[in-house]
Amino acid sequence: MISPANYVALAAILFVIGGVGVLVRRNAIVVFMCVELMLNAVNLAFIAFARLHGNLNGQVIAFFVMVVAAAEVVVGLAILTSIFRARRSASVDDANLLKY
Amino acid sequence: MTHPMLLASSAASNTEVVTFWVLAIVAVGAALGMILTRRAVHCAILLAVVMLILAAMYAMQGAPFLAFVQVIVYTGAVLMLFLFVMMIVGITAADSIIETIRGQRLWAGLAGIALLVLLILVVGHATIGQAAPSGLRNGAQNVQGLAKLVFTTYVFPFEVTSALLITAALGAMVLAHRERTSPRPTQRMLSRRRVASGRPTPLPGPGTYAQHNAVDMPALLPDGTQSRLSVSGVLAARGVEVTAAKPAIEGEIAPDDESKDEQ
Repeated sequence: MISPANYVALAAILFVIGGVGVLVRRNAIVVFMCVELMLNAVNLAFIAFARLHGNLNGQVIAFFVMVVAAAEVVVGLAILTSIFRARRSASVDDANLLKY
Repeated sequence: MTHPMLLASSAASNTEVVTFWVLAIVAVGAALGMILTRRAVHCAILLAVVMLILAAMYAMQGAPFLAFVQVIVYTGAVLMLFLFVMMIVGITAADSIIETIRGQRLWAGLAGIALLVLLILVVGHATIGQAAPSGLRNGAQNVQGLAKLVFTTYVFPFEVTSALLITAALGAMVLAHRERTSPRPTQRMLSRRRVASGRPTPLPGPGTYAQHNAVDMPALLPDGTQSRLSVSGVLAARGVEVTAAKPAIEGEIAPDDESKDEQ
């Protein structure tokens, strides 16, 4: 049987890949998708721990994470479209009105 | 001599081992591809792959309800939302390669490797034992068990979640709403504008009289020249090479081209 440690290690790898994507990419949509990847990786860890402990608390937390992630995506993408409407660009470098 | 029950369970666990490694390798490859491809659409497809694999892993770990929620909410709703926004923002949105902060990629990669080493060390040093024996709550009673927890222990967070969802829906509507600053053009105004524009007819479709009717194939005018109006300007903006159209019937437009097949 696969140990839950393997799932947690896989979750760690996916989380790090998502984090590097957030740091490296400039397109705001891709940055959002990398954030989603990180959230999914954390969910995998939660479910692995739920199985490790033999109860369902971790699964409930993963469920709440999914709900919050859905809400976050809706608001984030709405902000992105309104920024795109104003500035005609989806790059995170161009949204710098507050900088100067 | 081994008991047949034990044999069956070891075969099942071998299946889990093989499935885990295959899926894990594909998931990590797709996630790496996500941060390496330049086009946002490819990124979305690879993210869909990762999410479906994670759904399969949830099912393998005795979370069938969350596996279905993962497919419906993430792969179904969230990724479709991403694709819709990509259509609004434009698929041209390929990332630029220029680094705005010098050495950012190098440092981001180093930080990622450091974080990975840290997390793997933590996981390796922690005593994560074998999984608890899977009972009914990981199988047929999964939904009932989750429902019991959500509506008893976690009932307050669950109610707060509903407030969050309503706020998010309202916020998205407010943010995406656009005030109309000019009156909406009526049918009469639109038709007047069209006649006044000098071209009352629709634009020529792509591929008319050309070899084939792909969208990047300009239509041919009666004199054999290409009509630029027949190809959408989006294609040029997206960097698609507009192919040079050849006439469908070679002999009629280019008389010097000898067609030997006819004879």
